[in-house]
Amino acid sequence: MAVEVLMPALSPTMEEGTLAKWLVKEGDVVKSGQVIAEIETDKATMEFEAVDEGTVGRLLIAEGTAGVKVNTPIAVLVEEGESADAVVAAPAPVAAAEPAAAPAIEAVPAAAAARPVVSEPAKGWPHSDLPEGVATKTMTVREALREAMAEEMRGDDTVFLMGEEVGEYQGAYKISQGLLDEFGPRRVVDTPITEHGFTGIAVGASWGGLRPIVEFMTFNFAMQAIDHIINSAAKTLYMSGGQMGSPIVFRGPNGAAARVGAQHSQDYAAWYSAIPGLKVAMPYSAADAKGLLKSAIRDNNPVIFLENEIMYGRSFEVPVGDDFTIPFGKASIMRAGSDVTLVSFGIGVGHALAAAEELAKEGIEAEVINLRTLRPIDYDTVLASVQKTNRCVTVEEGFPVGSIGDHLASTIMQRAFDYLDAPVVTCTGKDVPMPYAANLEKLALITPAEIVTAVKSVCYR
Amino acid sequence: MARKPDTRPNVSKDELLKYYREMLLIRRFEEKAGQLYGMGLIGGFCHLYIGQEAVVVGLEAAAKEGDKRLTSYRDHGHMLACDMDPKGVMAELTGRIGGYSKGKGGSMHMFSREKHFYGGHGIVGAQVPLGAGLAFADKYLGNDNVTFTYFGDGAANQGQVYETYNMAELWELPVIFVIENNQYAMGTSMKRSTKSTTLYERGVAYGIPGEQVDGMDVLAVKAAGEKAVAHCRAGKGPYILEMMTYRYRGHSMSDPAKYRTREEVEKIKTEKDCIEHVRDLLLQGGLASEDDLKNIDKEIKALVNEAAEFSKESPEPPLSDLWTDITV
Repeated sequence: MAVEVLMPALSPTMEEGTLAKWLVKEGDVVKSGQVIAEIETDKATMEFEAVDEGTVGRLLIAEGTAGVKVNTPIAVLVEEGESADAVVAAPAPVAAAEPAAAPAIEAVPAAAAARPVVSEPAKGWPHSDLPEGVATKTMTVREALREAMAEEMRGDDTVFLMGEEVGEYQGAYKISQGLLDEFGPRRVVDTPITEHGFTGIAVGASWGGLRPIVEFMTFNFAMQAIDHIINSAAKTLYMSGGQMGSPIVFRGPNGAAARVGAQHSQDYAAWYSAIPGLKVAMPYSAADAKGLLKSAIRDNNPVIFLENEIMYGRSFEVPVGDDFTIPFGKASIMRAGSDVTLVSFGIGVGHALAAAEELAKEGIEAEVINLRTLRPIDYDTVLASVQKTNRCVTVEEGFPVGSIGDHLASTIMQRAFDYLDAPVVTCTGKDVPMPYAANLEKLALITPAEIVTAVKSVCYR
Repeated sequence: MARKPDTRPNVSKDELLKYYREMLLIRRFEEKAGQLYGMGLIGGFCHLYIGQEAVVVGLEAAAKEGDKRLTSYRDHGHMLACDMDPKGVMAELTGRIGGYSKGKGGSMHMFSREKHFYGGHGIVGAQVPLGAGLAFADKYLGNDNVTFTYFGDGAANQGQVYETYNMAELWELPVIFVIENNQYAMGTSMKRSTKSTTLYERGVAYGIPGEQVDGMDVLAVKAAGEKAVAHCRAGKGPYILEMMTYRYRGHSMSDPAKYRTREEVEKIKTEKDCIEHVRDLLLQGGLASEDDLKNIDKEIKALVNEAAEFSKESPEPPLSDLWTDITV
């Protein structure tokens, strides 16, 4: 019987990919385990093996086609004497893409139906507060981070990148792709998988006149190194009476990716934001990512830079030029509104914007604030907005107890109590370790629908 | 404990007098710190270095300007040995503005950029990767400085030490790992905490050479230090020195040291004391008279008293300092 070959998911966050190359043609006999195609994900080009045996009855997607959604039929395998036409009517292929340049890496087992939970506001909503008339170009968060590092490394020889797989592998998430080629192994340093040790070495190097960027493959692994982040990096300036601090950036993906379970899905925003001596940035857009990372690298203090794997492949407008930076402690008003203030950061900003769009349909105008940095935090922008809207809902992915939202609620209560028409409501991730099951994971994460419900409750609607 | 080698080395009078003076300064300073602690002028934890003086004095004799050093919380001796001002160290112990950290660090957390002293670290073993990181920076910047990274036999069982050994040898970092083996990790003897007690051999798995040294003999320490320094400066990577030493006092001021016998301590003091050793070499070799040494004793005593007076007179930090030096 004929079988359809479907576009595979080749990483936990892959939603679509490019069919870079067919290695078989119609009429070929394929065996199970035979490599039949090369598929380019947002991270790498992977070999794709046939699971079933048979004859290639039809190739449904042309070589070079980009944007092929996971689970789209890409070929039909038939048994001897069978016709492919009986199985499927071939869809029209979409436009061909640029040829793949990324190196092949070993295939990870395909998660059959990995579906990251991402909210994206519809087209037309502002994605940032970039000034009118600024020349921009479209780039992904991944490209923005890479460009920020490359520009700062070009400008300052003491800036270097270290971490697991940052060099020869080109980055576990391809953030550092190409940096080894440009800067060499002196400045792009592959480490063994020993976070405690290499983080201590990086902090020591920051005292010795260098400006390290430490990439954690994810912030979950930074827990092994948290003693050096807090006791060695954050406290030394104070303990030395101002003699020596640590100009160092700790960066990497933070928070939930998709279907990677409890040990790989945690938002550390509130943890690090609790520590005096640290600065904490958490970008939402590519412009945030570039502008904030450049500021982080130039900062003379230890900076925790919390990225998000799901956002890496998202595209935004970013101002062109090497001199674009975003100062710390300056929130961005992503959407103006008069009825309620939504305060968020990182991926939560997307959820808040999506909720605002829904609310607008019901006549509720939400003001959406993207904090961008959590230490320092831009209280003034939040308080000014709450004084205008008289209502506030906070949005974050982290756990509810001791959350950033808790801190904001407390601050608003202490400094703007008389302006409030309703209690501040905090929307957070659920108070559970992240489950693996798709339905439970969805339930554990914050969603735009929950934000809409929270806003209606504070608006008494 | 390793045996003392034959101590008839070819060493000058000036050199011996220098070691005598430096070791004596540390001992008298620490005795005074103990006294001030008893008077309530020093608070919190206070870990004295008495007994171990030959280690830092011998290794400083092998260092050059630009070399770096850092250690654990038992750090007063290291600071005095690298020529930091006794007044600034003592005033930090009393939590005063004249201290090296303006009173905000305390006994365990002092630094001096000027003297290349990078702390003073209160978390056991943390200074080991930090020291390798300083060496990483020197190698990156292309100079020939080395970093002396001191830690104890207790820290030698920490996982991060071995993560660091691996990277230090992999990247050929100019770092000397100095294990000050005073036989006790707080109250736990080597026998009770450590299966393989030859700590200098633990670099073998990483290809790092190491040797055990009589840490009570300042000349043996210096000779070993010079060998290690030459290895590092030649770009051959790290080196391990296990200094067999002994602390006379408890782990900290609040430790009665019931885990060892009085006889054990007395035996070391009588047979192995590092200051008596140099004193004997000076007197028996006819290089100094009793009067010469008495004069040095007086001079050191005055220096320590001056530091103690400064540490009492220096004001406490202004209350506004609570909020300074958090970020720059």
